Amino acid sequence: MYAKHALRAAMACFLTVAGIAQADVITIATVNNGDMIRMQGLTSDFTEKTGHQVEWVTLEENVLRQRVTTDITTRGGQFDIMTIGMYETPIWGANGWLVPLDDLPAAYDADDILPAMRDGLSHDGTLYAAPFYGESSMIMYRTDLFKQAGLTMPEAPTWDFVAEAARQLTDKDNEVYGICLRGKAGWGENMAFLTAMGNSFGARWFDEDWKAQFDSDAWKETLSFYLDLMNDAGPPGASNNGFNENLSLFQQGKCAMWIDATVAASFVTNPADSTVADHVGFALAPDDGKGKRGNWLWAWALGIPAGTQKEAAAKAFIEWATSKDYLALVAEKEGWANVPPGTRASLYANPEYEKVPFAAMTLKSIETADPLHPTVDPVPYVGVQFVAIPEFAGIATEVGQEFSAALAGQQSADEALQKAQALTTDAMEAAGY
Amino acid sequence: MARAVTPKRKAITTALAWAAGLVIFFPILWTILTSFKTEAQAISDPPVFLFFDWTLENYGIVQERSDYMRFLWNSVVISLGSTLLGVAIAVPAAWSMAFVPSKRTKDILLWMLSTKMLPAVGVLYPIYLLFIRFGLLDSRAGLVVVIMLINLPIIVWMLYTYFREIPGEILEAARMDGATLKEEILYVLTPMAVPGIASTVLLNVILAWNEAFWTLNLTAAKAAPLTAFIASYSSPEGLFYAKLSAASTMAIAPILVLGWFSQKQLVRGLTFGAVK
Repeated sequence: MYAKHALRAAMACFLTVAGIAQADVITIATVNNGDMIRMQGLTSDFTEKTGHQVEWVTLEENVLRQRVTTDITTRGGQFDIMTIGMYETPIWGANGWLVPLDDLPAAYDADDILPAMRDGLSHDGTLYAAPFYGESSMIMYRTDLFKQAGLTMPEAPTWDFVAEAARQLTDKDNEVYGICLRGKAGWGENMAFLTAMGNSFGARWFDEDWKAQFDSDAWKETLSFYLDLMNDAGPPGASNNGFNENLSLFQQGKCAMWIDATVAASFVTNPADSTVADHVGFALAPDDGKGKRGNWLWAWALGIPAGTQKEAAAKAFIEWATSKDYLALVAEKEGWANVPPGTRASLYANPEYEKVPFAAMTLKSIETADPLHPTVDPVPYVGVQFVAIPEFAGIATEVGQEFSAALAGQQSADEALQKAQALTTDAMEAAGY
Repeated sequence: MARAVTPKRKAITTALAWAAGLVIFFPILWTILTSFKTEAQAISDPPVFLFFDWTLENYGIVQERSDYMRFLWNSVVISLGSTLLGVAIAVPAAWSMAFVPSKRTKDILLWMLSTKMLPAVGVLYPIYLLFIRFGLLDSRAGLVVVIMLINLPIIVWMLYTYFREIPGEILEAARMDGATLKEEILYVLTPMAVPGIASTVLLNVILAWNEAFWTLNLTAAKAAPLTAFIASYSSPEGLFYAKLSAASTMAIAPILVLGWFSQKQLVRGLTFGAVK
């Protein structure tokens, strides 16, 4: 009898140990950016701690989006973790395609995640993807050029100040342009910038009945202001410029100001790549006195597709990669400037991190963006520089082409807005709104 | 009778040919040059052409970050496998169309080609669902079949054109001598069409090597070929042009070398039967 009990106990012990030690190989789809590549390099720390192995599938952002969307809609089961953004997460969460992340252990301290990030990655209050790195947008400007011109950049400038300074600092003979802004068509390119800029001018994509609003005065003011500013003080060929093109121009000293992703701050202040590394200042994205700023909010986050066979291992990875310990690990190996920014409040309370020149402004920018209330007037959607509905990417890319054509001088602001209004109305009607 | 070619005329033609060649080759040359620059030099304006500090740093980083050999091996298996399988199916098909045509042969040929007119993404979901059902996702076998099917119309068309140049009387003679159908195709037709088959194989290996829609959409970690290797270095947020160029150079190098060594064969095959 005793022997039987002992045997059972031994068996139970063995099974428990075997259960803990069961090592999985998880497949993670991710994008190619510095923080993600650094994470790949540090995977051995995760394997040491948990025994699980990781296989990486790194793809360009747009390729990745198509790839993981195909897989999750067909339940292909190719990935155990997907790197997704703030646009996909609420939509996919609502569809039941993602495993809810509401049971993370206390040690993970989910309350430490910045509220704007939590809100943007949740649906109905449930977190569906854990932020790995977060960003907003802000002004990066040349302190030396401002000083020469006798200008002082306020911490929270208005659009009028920015436009005036840009025109004053433009020196086309020496190929210095007052301001570099996105012009390349795409929902994640010029429309990310213009949607956020529109928010600060009181514009919005839809009213509360999902009616397109491009015929509003606020959009006319936004687009006219942008086109006039870029024609007077922007670089030539700006309708082809996206993040990378503007980064290249700024690093070579050709832009006095650049409003773009906060992540750019680490590039433009890196002396290995940037010729202006020592002369870069930061300020909040401009406003127009209406209570909203023209900055966006984005996060690359890790989500688990519903139906994965390796949910436990996938959760263990997310806990590791988005934890406080991971931030400390990166700081130890690569320095504080290389820690993935924008996710945890505790990072910004860390005195070591406060020394990073762009840390404070990044946090302030993130905090001023509110994905649940992005616009001056109420809207039925979530998202600052996008509208979190599946139709948005297609519609916004087409609208982006019209605005880009207006910047290239092929049509007027009014024509572009009329076309945008018509195509958005058609697409929304076809989608049944 | 051929016209006499004056030295002046010859020089002009040669110069023009070289200029055209250089224009076509320039993007590849620029990619190769960029792969030896630093990221800062890669985006510098005005661009630097030859006089910069050549560095192998990008190749080192790419080598360290990715398992190049695994991607390369997948590319080799997928491109060769799909081409050989395609040729094995296309030789008998082209034989029947060239030597025993029916009333509908022309229609069938055109219909086969029409499958190339459909945008690939239109059938992504059906194919993806089939792959899930048959457990073929992220497998080399699945990709071999899909790439073969995509290139099959081209293979059949090319072989059909070459076979048509071969006089049917020779095959008839073989039949008179008692050759079976298999012997006729294997020992009479195939050896005569070797230049044509070789250039078909080469062209299709190149097409399969460069195929970047299905190879990206049907693979994950295991069967991903060099197209996925390149895609992992492209980024809309971050200037990694030098590293991307290094990855591209590594991805195209094998096929570039293959093309270089077989260019005579390729040209001969492509112009096979052009001059009677």
